[in-house]
Amino acid sequence: MTTALLQTEDITKVYQVSAGLFKGKLPLTAANGVSIQVNRGEVVGLVGESGCGKSTIAKIILGLEKATSGQIYFDGQPMTNIDRKERARRIQPIFQDPYSSLNPRKSIGSIISLPYRVHQIGNKSEMRTRMTEIMDTVGLPPRFMSSYPNQLSGGQRQRVAIARALIMKPDLVICDEPTSALDVSVQSQILNLLLDLRKNRGLTYLIITHDLSVVEHIASRVAVMYLGRIVEEAATDKLLKNPRHPYTRALLTSVLTPEPRLGLPETHLGIAYPNPIDPPPGCTFHPRCPEADDRCKKARPQPIDENDHMVACYFA
Amino acid sequence: MSALLKVRDLHVDIPLAAGVLHAVRGVDFSVDRGQTLSLVGESGCGKSLSVLAVMNLLPKKATWHANTIAFDGQELDGVSEWQMANIRGSKMAMIFQEPMTALNPCYTIGNQLEEALLRHQPVSRNKARDRAVYLLEKVGITAADSRLKQYPHQLSGGLRQRVMIAMGLMCGPPLIIADEPTTALDVTIQAQILALLASLQKEFDMGMILITHDLGVVARMADSVAVMYCGQVVETGRAIELFENPLHPYTQGLLRCIPVPGKTKPGEHLGSIPGIVPTPIGEQTGCVFQNRCSYVTDDCTSAKIGLARISAGRAYRCLLRPKVSQKNMSESQAI
Repeated sequence: MTTALLQTEDITKVYQVSAGLFKGKLPLTAANGVSIQVNRGEVVGLVGESGCGKSTIAKIILGLEKATSGQIYFDGQPMTNIDRKERARRIQPIFQDPYSSLNPRKSIGSIISLPYRVHQIGNKSEMRTRMTEIMDTVGLPPRFMSSYPNQLSGGQRQRVAIARALIMKPDLVICDEPTSALDVSVQSQILNLLLDLRKNRGLTYLIITHDLSVVEHIASRVAVMYLGRIVEEAATDKLLKNPRHPYTRALLTSVLTPEPRLGLPETHLGIAYPNPIDPPPGCTFHPRCPEADDRCKKARPQPIDENDHMVACYFA
Repeated sequence: MSALLKVRDLHVDIPLAAGVLHAVRGVDFSVDRGQTLSLVGESGCGKSLSVLAVMNLLPKKATWHANTIAFDGQELDGVSEWQMANIRGSKMAMIFQEPMTALNPCYTIGNQLEEALLRHQPVSRNKARDRAVYLLEKVGITAADSRLKQYPHQLSGGLRQRVMIAMGLMCGPPLIIADEPTTALDVTIQAQILALLASLQKEFDMGMILITHDLGVVARMADSVAVMYCGQVVETGRAIELFENPLHPYTQGLLRCIPVPGKTKPGEHLGSIPGIVPTPIGEQTGCVFQNRCSYVTDDCTSAKIGLARISAGRAYRCLLRPKVSQKNMSESQAI
C-alpha cells in the first residue's frame, strides 16, 4: 500500500439539477462510491460511456469539484492536508479538446510558462531554459514560442497542452480523452509521446477515455465505469482476456478494428442508456443486460475481488 | 448496369483572401444500388465537401465543377435549384453528423419527419404520420406514436441519430449519404446504429455513401473504399483488398497508426505519419503526400501523378509499383 500515489475512497458526487421551470431540484448522482488506486509509475485507464461520471472523477481529483462524500489520499496524505498550490503542482490535467483548452489570446510561450509564473519559482532565464527544454521534449520547435494557438494544428496544440502540464514536473497527470479530438495519424503521434514521457520521466497517468483500444495500448490497469460506479477493475491483459462483467464484454465487442472480414459486432444491448436522475433499481445495468434475471432487478451486486480482479455482477 | 451515382473529375474551390483553396481536386467515385462506398480521410481532406457538391449544398462562397455528376442516368451539372430541391430528400437523402444541430429544436420530431415526405409527395398528413411511425419503429424506437410529439431535446443522442436516419428514409430514396453518422455517439451505441444502417440498406436496396475518418467503421461497413488525402482520392478498391493489401504509403501509414487489441503490442510505439497535411491553398505540383512520405523520390516532387489502375475498381495514386510497396509493407510490419 505504500506505493499508492493516489487513492480515492468511496467518492460520491451528487449534483442538484433543475427538473424544469418552477419545479424543485433533483439530485443526480454522478459518482457513486468510486474507489480507485493509482500506484506510482502506473498507467490506469478509466473507461466508460458519456455520462458515466468519469470526467467528474477527474475534476474531483484535480480539485475543480468538491466531492459530496469520500476521501482522497495523495502520496499517503489526505488530500485536505495538501495545499491548493502544491496540489496543482503535483497533479496536472491534459484535456480532450486542444481547441478550447488553450487561450486563443495568449502566445504559446505564455501558455506553457503560466504554471511556472503562478508558482513563482526561479528567475526569468531559468524559466526560459525550462521552456525550451520542455518544448523540445514534447517535440515543439522553439520558433512556436511566440505563435498563437490558431497558427497550430490539432496535434501541435495537444503537444502544447502536454508541455504545459509537464513543466512543473508533476507526479500525476490526468488525461481526459487525450486523443479523441485528433485525427488518426496525429492520435498515434500523441500516444507515442505519452508512452515516451512515461518511460523517460517515470510519470504516472490516469487516462480517462471511452476507447478500449487506446487503453489496451497504454494502460497497465483498467477500471470500467457504468452510471457512476466502477463495475470491473483488473490489470489490462487480465481484463481484456477474461472480461467478466457483461458491460465490459459489450464494450470490447463494440471496438471496431480495421478488419473487414469480421463484419459488424452484435452487442446484445438494449438501446436506452438509463436516465442518471432516475437510475434503475438493483444493478443499474440490468435494463440493457442480456443476462439479467430477477436478482439483478432487486439488489445491487456487491463488488467481489478475486485475484486482483474486481467485478460487480452476480454472473461473474 | 450503370451506376446509381457516378462522379468524374469533381473540383471544389473556395476563394479566400490568401488565395484559392482547392478543397477537392479531381475526385472520381461511383456507387451502385445496394452497395456501400466509404469516403475515408482525415479532417480537411475534402470528403464532406465532395458529397455536399453532389447534393448542391455547398457553402455560398464555394464553387464546383465536374466532368460528370450523373445520378440515375441524369446529369446533375446544370439542373436548376428548383429541380435539385425535388431530388434532395426524395432521391438522395443525407444523414448528418450532429443530430442535435441538424434537427430543428422548435418543431416536434413528428412535424419534421412528416415534412420530409409532404415536401415531395402528394400525400395526406395522416399518411405521412403513418409512414413516420412505421420508420421510427423500423429504426428501433419504442412507443413511436408518443415520440412524434416530443422535441429533439427530449431525446438522447442515440435516439436523435435514429430519428435522423428515419427522416432520411421517409421518401425511400435510392441513395443515402451518411456523413459521420456515428462519430458523436458512444461506442456501444455506434455498433447498434451501424448495424441498423446496414440492415435498412439491404432491406430497401439503397446505395450508401458513408463518410468517416474511422477506419474501423469503414472496414466493417463498406463494400468499396476511397481513401482521400488533401482533396484527392489516393487509393480506391474493394474493402477487403484495400485493408489486406494497402498500396498507397498514406493508407499503409494510417493502418499502422491504429492500436488493434491483440495485434499491436501494448506499450510499444505505434506507427505514425510524420509531419502535417500541406496547405490546400494554391496549386500543388507532384504528389500531395510527398512531404510526409518515406519513399519519396525526385520524381514525386515534379511529375503529375495520376491514379494507376491495377484491376477493376482498384487504383492508387503513387509512383511506387505494387510489388515494391508490398515488400515495404511486409518489412515495416516485421519491425
